[in-house]
Amino acid sequence: MDKITKDLLEQVAGLHEIPVGAYNIRKDGQLLSRNVSANIDIVTKTDKPGIDIIIKDNTQKESVHIPVIIAQSGLKESVYNDFFIGENCDVTIIAGCGIHNGGKETSEHSGIHSFDIGKNSKVKYVEKHYGTGEGTGERIMNPETNILLREGAYMEMDTVQIEGVDSTKRLTKAKLLDNASLVIKEKIMTHDKQLAQTDFTVDLDGENSSANLISRSVAKNESKQVFKSEINGNNACHGHSECDAIIMDKACVEAIPALTANSVDAALIHEAAIGKIAGEQLIKLMTLGLTEEEAEKEIVNGFLK
Amino acid sequence: MLELKNISYEVSEESEKNKEILKNINLTLDERFIAITGPNGGGKSTLAKIIAGIVKPTSGSILLDGKDITDFSITERAKEGISFAFQQPVRFKGITVKDLITYAVGHPISTTEACGYLSEVGLCAKDYINRELNSSLSGGEAKRIEIAMTMARGTSFSIFDEPEAGIDLWSFQSLIKVFEKMHDKSGGSIIIISHQERILNIADKIVVLSNGEIVNIGKKDDVLPGLLMDGPGCSVLTEKL
Repeated sequence: MDKITKDLLEQVAGLHEIPVGAYNIRKDGQLLSRNVSANIDIVTKTDKPGIDIIIKDNTQKESVHIPVIIAQSGLKESVYNDFFIGENCDVTIIAGCGIHNGGKETSEHSGIHSFDIGKNSKVKYVEKHYGTGEGTGERIMNPETNILLREGAYMEMDTVQIEGVDSTKRLTKAKLLDNASLVIKEKIMTHDKQLAQTDFTVDLDGENSSANLISRSVAKNESKQVFKSEINGNNACHGHSECDAIIMDKACVEAIPALTANSVDAALIHEAAIGKIAGEQLIKLMTLGLTEEEAEKEIVNGFLK
Repeated sequence: MLELKNISYEVSEESEKNKEILKNINLTLDERFIAITGPNGGGKSTLAKIIAGIVKPTSGSILLDGKDITDFSITERAKEGISFAFQQPVRFKGITVKDLITYAVGHPISTTEACGYLSEVGLCAKDYINRELNSSLSGGEAKRIEIAMTMARGTSFSIFDEPEAGIDLWSFQSLIKVFEKMHDKSGGSIIIISHQERILNIADKIVVLSNGEIVNIGKKDDVLPGLLMDGPGCSVLTEKL
C-alpha cells in the first residue's frame, strides 16, 4: 500500500493496517483486497459495480470494513453495495470514502447502500467522508442510503464529513416495521465554497417504531448547507429530528423540517436551531486566557465532537 | 495591586441623555480579600466586567501592578493574571468540564489533578469530570464548576460575581468554606461581589457601590454596621442581609 492509500484509509476507516474480520477495500474503481469470514460473505455484483454483503443469522459482535479510496484524479463512479443482514445479529459496519485529488479533473464517488436488516438485529453503521489533495479538481461524494428495518431491528448510523469534500448530496431513506428503531447522527463541517445537502425521509410504518435524527453542523466561509428531514408517522410511533447548526462568516444554512402524522398515536417532534457562536461562550473562554481564534476553534471542535 | 482611576461608564438611551452606570470611580484594590456590595443595579457587575475587559469604560484608566491595562483585550488581561467567575455560568455544547479546567490551567493536566479542583467546590469529581458543561447541569452545579475554573487558574487577581446566586442555602454554607480556605491560601487578591454577610465578614475591605458611586469603603467593622442600619440607599441590600 502506498502512503496516500494508507492515509486515506486511516482517515475514513481508522485503519492502520489490514482490519480484523471481513473487509472489502476498493481503490480507484478496482478491488484492492477482500476477506470474508465464516458468517459474513462478500460477493461482487455481476450486473453493476458493487458488492453484496451477506451476514448470516445470529452473527454476533463481528465487523465489516468496506472503505473506498479514490486517488486517481478525474475518476467518477457509482457503486452499489447491498447489505443483507439476518436475524438476531449484532454487527458493526464501517464504510467511508476518501478522495485524494491531485489533479484538475473532478473526482466523484456515489455510493448507493441498501440495508435489509433482519428481525431483532442490531447494526451500527459508521460512514466517514474525507477529501484531500493539492489539485484543483473537485471532490464530490453523493451517498445514498436505503434502509429497511424489520420487526424489532435497531440501527445506529453515524455519518461524519469534516473536511475536504467540495460537494455532497446525501440522501437517506428508511422504512421501519413494528418495534424497529433508527438513530442517525450526522456531523458536517463545510468551508470555502462547499455545498452539503442532506435529505432524510423516514417512514415509521410499524407500531412502536421510533426514529431519532440528530444533525450538528458548522458552516464556515461561503459554504452552504441544506438540511431536509421528513418523518412520516404512519402508526403509533415516536419521531424526533434535530438540526443544530453554527453559522460563521458568509455561510448559509437552511433547515427544512417536515412532519406528517397519519396516525393519532404518532408523536413527532422537530427542533432546529441555527445561529452564530454565542458571544458569551467566546468571552468565557477568553477570560480563561484563550485568544478569540482559539476560543472559536475549541467551541467548534466541541460542538462536532 | 489593581488601581481604577476616574472610571466612568455611560450608555446612551433613547429620548434621554446618557445614563451613567459608573461615575468617576477611584479605587485601589490590594488587600487579599475585598467584598463589593450594594443594591442591585448599583454598578457592581459592570465594574467587574470593566476589570475583566468585557466592558470598555467610557473614560478612565486601569493599572495592574502599575502597568496600564486599559486597552488590553480580555485575553491579554487573562494572561496578565486576571480571572473572572461569571454570575451566570455560560453553557457549551460538547465541551466537557475537564476541557474547561484544562483551558483554565493552561496546559494539559491529569484527570486526578482536574478532579482536585472539583472536590474543592464540593462536587464528586468522577460524576462531573467528563460531563459536558451544557444545559443538563443545574444552576448550582454550573456555578460550582465556574468557581472551580477560576480557582484552577490560580492567578494573582480573581473576581467572583455573586458566587451565591443560584446556589441553595445549604450548599452555600459549604461554599463559604471554599472562600475562607482561598482566603487563607491565596497569595493574590480575591474580589467578591456579594450580598452575603458571611462573605462580607471575612473581607479585609468592603466597598459599597450604589447608583454608580462608591458610597462607603473601609474595613468590615467600619462599613458593616452602616449597611445593616436602615438607610434609604440600601434598603434592597438590607432586606437580603
